[in-house]
Amino acid sequence: MKRRKFDLAATPGKAAVGVDDRFQVATPLRKLLNKVFPDHWSFLLGEIALFSFVVLLLTGVFLTFFFEPAMTEVVYNGSYAPLQGTPMSAAYASSLDISFDVRGGLVMRQMHHWAALLFMAAIVVHMLRVFFTGAFRKPRETNWIIGSLLFWVGFLAGFSGYSLPDDGLSGTGLRIASAIMLSIPVIGSWVTSSIFGGEFPGTIIISRFFIAHVLLIPGLLLALISVHLGLVFKQKHTQWPGPGRTNNNVVGERMFPRYALKQGGFFMVVFGVIALMGGLFQINPIWLFGPYEAWVVSAASQPDWYVMFLDGSTRLMPAWEINIPIGDGYVIPPLFWPTVVLPGILVGLSTMYPFIEARQRKDYKSHNLLERPRDAPARTAVGAMAVAFYIVLTLSGSNDVIADKFQISLNAMTWAGRIGLLVVPPLAYYVTYRLCLGLQQHDREVLAHGVETGIIRRLPDGRFVEVHQPLSASNGHADGHGQLDYVGWVVPKKMNRLGALGPAIRGFFYPIEKPVEAPVSPGHPPVEARPEREEIGSGESRR
Amino acid sequence: MSTHPEHQALQGPEPLDVNDPRLTRFDIVREGARRDDIEIVHYEPQVLPGTKAERRLTRVVAGFFLITGLAATAFLAIYIWWPWQYEAGRGGDKFYTPLLGFTLGVALLAVGFGILTWGKKLLPKEVSIQDRHEGTVDSEGRTITGQTMLYMADELGVKRRPLLGISLLAGLAPVAAVAAAPLVGGLISQPHKNNQMFTTGFATPEGGQRIRLVREDGRPIRPADISTGGQITVFPGIDHGVSNKHADSPTLLIHLRDSDAQESRRANERVGHGDYMWGNYAAFSKICTHAGCPASLFEQQTNRLLCPCHQSQFLITDNARPVFGPASRRLPQLPIEVDSEGFFVAKSDYTETVGPDFWERP
Repeated sequence: MKRRKFDLAATPGKAAVGVDDRFQVATPLRKLLNKVFPDHWSFLLGEIALFSFVVLLLTGVFLTFFFEPAMTEVVYNGSYAPLQGTPMSAAYASSLDISFDVRGGLVMRQMHHWAALLFMAAIVVHMLRVFFTGAFRKPRETNWIIGSLLFWVGFLAGFSGYSLPDDGLSGTGLRIASAIMLSIPVIGSWVTSSIFGGEFPGTIIISRFFIAHVLLIPGLLLALISVHLGLVFKQKHTQWPGPGRTNNNVVGERMFPRYALKQGGFFMVVFGVIALMGGLFQINPIWLFGPYEAWVVSAASQPDWYVMFLDGSTRLMPAWEINIPIGDGYVIPPLFWPTVVLPGILVGLSTMYPFIEARQRKDYKSHNLLERPRDAPARTAVGAMAVAFYIVLTLSGSNDVIADKFQISLNAMTWAGRIGLLVVPPLAYYVTYRLCLGLQQHDREVLAHGVETGIIRRLPDGRFVEVHQPLSASNGHADGHGQLDYVGWVVPKKMNRLGALGPAIRGFFYPIEKPVEAPVSPGHPPVEARPEREEIGSGESRR
Repeated sequence: MSTHPEHQALQGPEPLDVNDPRLTRFDIVREGARRDDIEIVHYEPQVLPGTKAERRLTRVVAGFFLITGLAATAFLAIYIWWPWQYEAGRGGDKFYTPLLGFTLGVALLAVGFGILTWGKKLLPKEVSIQDRHEGTVDSEGRTITGQTMLYMADELGVKRRPLLGISLLAGLAPVAAVAAAPLVGGLISQPHKNNQMFTTGFATPEGGQRIRLVREDGRPIRPADISTGGQITVFPGIDHGVSNKHADSPTLLIHLRDSDAQESRRANERVGHGDYMWGNYAAFSKICTHAGCPASLFEQQTNRLLCPCHQSQFLITDNARPVFGPASRRLPQLPIEVDSEGFFVAKSDYTETVGPDFWERP
């Protein structure tokens, strides 16, 4: 019997047919491959958070192999000589072991910490992007709420992870956390005692934080991130206004191959940057802090950056204690307001903002086109106000360091923060609002009268005027040219944006093409806008 | 728009027969896109096949990938052979982590840049437009689904047979409570067990000796051990008194100068703490009444104690009254004296609640 010849080239095709016979995936897969994504650099900020999260999972799993989440007292016997013979918790000892006695453990630990900081930073910056461009409007309110929650869940993930090593610094943070829980009226002492299993610090909190940090919180993050991405996928991405772009389409690239390839490359870049930071920049050198001891603390004990705004609010809070003279008397400590009430208000305001704005603007339509910040002055100003509020708090979170480094009185710093918290945000609101209006006006002016050329002409009667380059052709108006409508996108404000000066010469060390001569001198009849803006390349010729 | 001109003729609303042998592969891709409501309006190669530019870019991408290989190999070599174990004073191991991070970072960055260059420069640029289909409401679909769900509700007949719904709710509510009970019941812990929130390690045991003030190493303290203007952190001289088990007990023992001591005594008398000091020595809780950090920065000149966490300041000569910052309550004072052997002891436990405030603090 003749053996059938095995056709290697036909194998993938055959396999594909076999798969499709069973799962009918060809059409759904085509839809996926074809999905169009709009492209803008600001759409990649959220991905930094996503990629950092992946790095967090990878490095975090490594760390769990060596970390011992126990508060059992042990005597350190590892290779870090200055702490040898010191009694400490098993958690701290194993964190030291990860840093000194696990090969490559320190780089993993530092990558984990840097990735966490980057995760939170990317969330915040991404959130600002979404806010200032109005991307949270209908139909994307749900995703805005999920995003806000991701910040707070990320905050909890960060804080619980920061507490695990049980070093001097994180133990102090944990004690403040216990004081914050204690400050809650009526149930405070019960909450604290239940979480810590008795009086602070107890013997179980590290184990509880561990399971929260490695299972519960990451599970929640993973679920929220999945829904977040699923909704972006389902609702399709927003896009900036521009040629051919409407509220009902997506203009961009199909997902495969170019878009997906760029995403893959970007992931590697984020991963690489985290690796560089983890290796080259020291973070949280726990061996310098020593084990947590309730009576030891040093000045300049600052938390991770995303906690600093709450630290700042705590520092600025005046000592207003509310006494309730019933029975033996009850107390609402001043700590309660900046650490429990303030975050509560922030969560409420931020999650509800899309609905507040829709109500305010009486705008219940779906928006898939982004708004330039200047075109929504009230929103932009509110955002600036929030940013100013946050910055004052964050700076106040390190006001002792600022006072020390710049030789300022500490009390003056605190007062500056208290006054600044009330004065700076409204000021930011006002200034931003005026800036937005000014920018709007300038856009309209350029559309009406043209681009400033910088050429001063002397008229026969002796007056000097600046020559403007109109953007549209003459239509018989008195001033000789028509007026263009604003379409929500960048208005060219320099002559070389119009191509009037010719494109920049390409090439890094020497021109790799013959420079184009500047085609026209301004003041000539209107120059047609170039159909497409040149991307700033890295010097390759584009023939 | 610079689409391939030869495809222009094939455009049209009619779906193409994808088995038509005259079609190029791109025609089929474009037809597939159309079926997903995508119009590829612009498709332009950035580099033409066989040009110098293409060869150059290919070399660049390949170069990046080679760098990745080199850096990754270097990572492995360093990981295996570089002296990595900590040894005080040697320092070769100092470079272990930076080198690992550097080689790993370079490897990942290079593969990232390689892929990015490949995608951004070598692949054709395109502009595609996809319809969102959002504006058109499928009202018929809404009606059908809505009616289907209402029909299901009718079938269940909760409206006609309200007892079913009520009894189901009545049955489910305890089930939810059952789910919550073990969690709540297991975690909950009575905060006032043994009066723990109001006592510290200095509480005199029943019929026992007064508790000595000891140093970190457990040695008791004589008055002469602290110079004038000096201060020292002391702990209850009991089992585990110096450990975190008694996180409320760390106390600051201060030897005041004569004039300050007089002022302190007067302040003490004003609040009925006339006998809390011993000579020029006063002891205050080190646990800040604000958030529980150790208030440990003592400024000798002003007799102020500063908490480094939130900058509350306490004036020691005025019963440790909070004079600045967010703390609202003074640091509790420990009544002290010297026993027959000449060591400091606590006369009794603190008479005020130590540590951060809470609701039921009297």
